[in-house]
Amino acid sequence: MIDLSIKISGLRLKNPVMVASGTFGYGLEFADFVALSELGAIIVKGTTLEPRQGNPYPRMVETASGMLNAVGLQNKGIDYFIAEIYPNIKDFDTAIIVNVSGAKVEDYIKVAEKLNDLEKIPAIELNISCPNVKQGGMAFGTSCESAAEITGAIRKAYKKTLIVKLSPNVTNITEIAKAVEDAGADSVSLINTLLGMAIDAEKRKPLLSTVTGGLSGPCIKPVALRMVWQVAKAVKIPVIGMGGIMNATDAIEFILAGASAVQVGTANFIDPQVSVKIIDGIKDYMERHEFSSINDIVGNLIY
Amino acid sequence: MKKTIQDLKVLRNKKLTSDFFELELKAAEPLPELYPGQFVQVLIDNVRNVFLRRPFSIHDVNYQQNTFSLLIKLAGPGTRQLSYTEEGDFLNIIYPLGKPFTLDVQGDILLVGGGCGIAPLLFLARYLYDNKNIAPDILIGGKSADNLPDIDKYKAFGRVFLTTEDGSLGMCGLVSDHTLLQKECQKYSMLYACGPEPMLKIIAGIAKEKLIECEVSLENLMACGIGACLCCVVDTVDGNVCTCTEGPVFNVKRLKFS
Ligand SMILES: Cc1cc2nc3c(=O)[nH]c(=O)nc-3n(C[C@H](O)[C@H](O)[C@H](O)COP(=O)(O)OP(=O)(O)OC[C@H]3O[C@@H](n4cnc5c(N)ncnc54)[C@H](O)[C@@H]3O)c2cc1C
Ligand SMILES: Cc1cc2nc3c(=O)[nH]c(=O)nc-3n(C[C@H](O)[C@H](O)[C@H](O)COP(=O)(O)O)c2cc1C
Ligand code: FES
Repeated sequence: MIDLSIKISGLRLKNPVMVASGTFGYGLEFADFVALSELGAIIVKGTTLEPRQGNPYPRMVETASGMLNAVGLQNKGIDYFIAEIYPNIKDFDTAIIVNVSGAKVEDYIKVAEKLNDLEKIPAIELNISCPNVKQGGMAFGTSCESAAEITGAIRKAYKKTLIVKLSPNVTNITEIAKAVEDAGADSVSLINTLLGMAIDAEKRKPLLSTVTGGLSGPCIKPVALRMVWQVAKAVKIPVIGMGGIMNATDAIEFILAGASAVQVGTANFIDPQVSVKIIDGIKDYMERHEFSSINDIVGNLIY
Repeated sequence: MKKTIQDLKVLRNKKLTSDFFELELKAAEPLPELYPGQFVQVLIDNVRNVFLRRPFSIHDVNYQQNTFSLLIKLAGPGTRQLSYTEEGDFLNIIYPLGKPFTLDVQGDILLVGGGCGIAPLLFLARYLYDNKNIAPDILIGGKSADNLPDIDKYKAFGRVFLTTEDGSLGMCGLVSDHTLLQKECQKYSMLYACGPEPMLKIIAGIAKEKLIECEVSLENLMACGIGACLCCVVDTVDGNVCTCTEGPVFNVKRLKFS
């Protein structure tokens, strides 16, 4: 028997494949394509205290092997989530994790407190790495002090599993990872998008309304793998790896680099069924290599 | 409406003009119900500089044959690759997507299309003719006569009016300059328009001024096509909404067209 289940602090997942925040809606958008119960976890859209309109169109540019987005955390706010979305998703037979964003520490705390009360939300992912909002967001994730401050504050307010999502737009990601570990995070997930830009040379105009945006997709995978590898060596808490995963082999690479679990993001846009294909592919890999537990592969890299 | 992802067989790839071609696709299973204005997301695999799926409107449907077609205008690497597809190839397609045009209409109807915006109008005209007993007026514009693909097909369902920018066929000018819109549009109970945004804005302006119902089909850039990425938004009286799920068809009263 192949055992794909993993544990992230108190949270037990049936397999290590999650879908990344902002790329899978609330899961409902994919229900026609995927048996949601097969997924390890669904990380729902970035949720803030107040509703947010996000940035103006155009918010997306296709790039070589990837895309830039500048959605800017468009969402209807935590109260809407609790009243209108949660009742429709709470009985999915998978872990529903809410990605929490904000501009001020107090906002993050209020959202975390409200989520604490939701029985079927076993964990939150703290987004201190969104490159697409002017205030807060990534600003929290780019210095050890602010990353530790917000993690510590949420740790006090939130009793269940706390995952902190790290920004790659920093000089030394391992220091930030250690800072949030010391401040009480149960796990770190990485990477969020890389800050990028695209220009229309003919029109001499930036292609995004916000000029800069977040780069995702296979083009960021080597950077993401390197960062996961570095962070996994530096911290003791489980690492959740992501960035450009398109298939099971990519996912295995992240696990070998030290990730206990992975998230699939942009790939969902190209193949809405890719997440379950990745789960099957991981099983195949384990059979071929005669591993019985997914935990046997984590960080099992031969130098 | 349940969406599916299927490998559809290319029955035919017909070159229509120097920059338009039509792909006829066959499903192995019975087609889901499709409505004019809905679109599909086509996977274009292993092509340099094409990463995301490409959205195309449903151009025509044949339920007896289990086929539907796409009318595609060459725009860049993705559409170029599709123009090379051959009979017997398979295309991976997610469909049906988006909300259709309002189909519960009566009276005189005008359909307006420019550029690749004419694609959904054939299916719309056929639908109105077959199901609503309406023979709409169909106004189509292009750069020149050899840019107007297969115009005769539309004549089976209504009166066809043409404009070309070089005057080589029909009236000389842009579709929005046509007398049907400039002088006679009061008689219509509904305008349906699809094409480049500047054209849609002019038509929306006319409709608002003359108090005529008007629906436009937008072609915002899309990543997922299923309401997950929030990249395709348009500014409306209800704030930013996704064109892929709440559109691509919008009543112009809802849009904040400037
Ligand atoms: C809902 C919807 C329905 C559509 N229906 C049709 C259709 O029936 N027939 C058809 O020929 N085309 C249609 N389009 C447009 C079509 O999707 C694009 O032309 C195509 O994606 C271009 O791909 P490409 O790789 O060839 O070119 P790219 O390299 O992607 O683009 C070439 C140029 O076209 C522009 N462009 C790309 N995508 C769009 C877009 N969505 N809207 C406006 N400009 C764009 C780019 O900015 C660039 O300048 C539709 C678009 C949408 C959103
Ligand atoms: C359209 C889009 C929206 C996103 N929204 C969020 C978000 O709300 N919160 C967040 O933490 N990450 C968000 N992300 C980042 C992804 O969750 C993920 O970290 C990143 O895309 C890298 O993984 P990928 O290359 O597999 O997509 C978003 C990414 C995309 C492409
Ligand atoms: S294209 Fe992704 S939400 Fe519309």
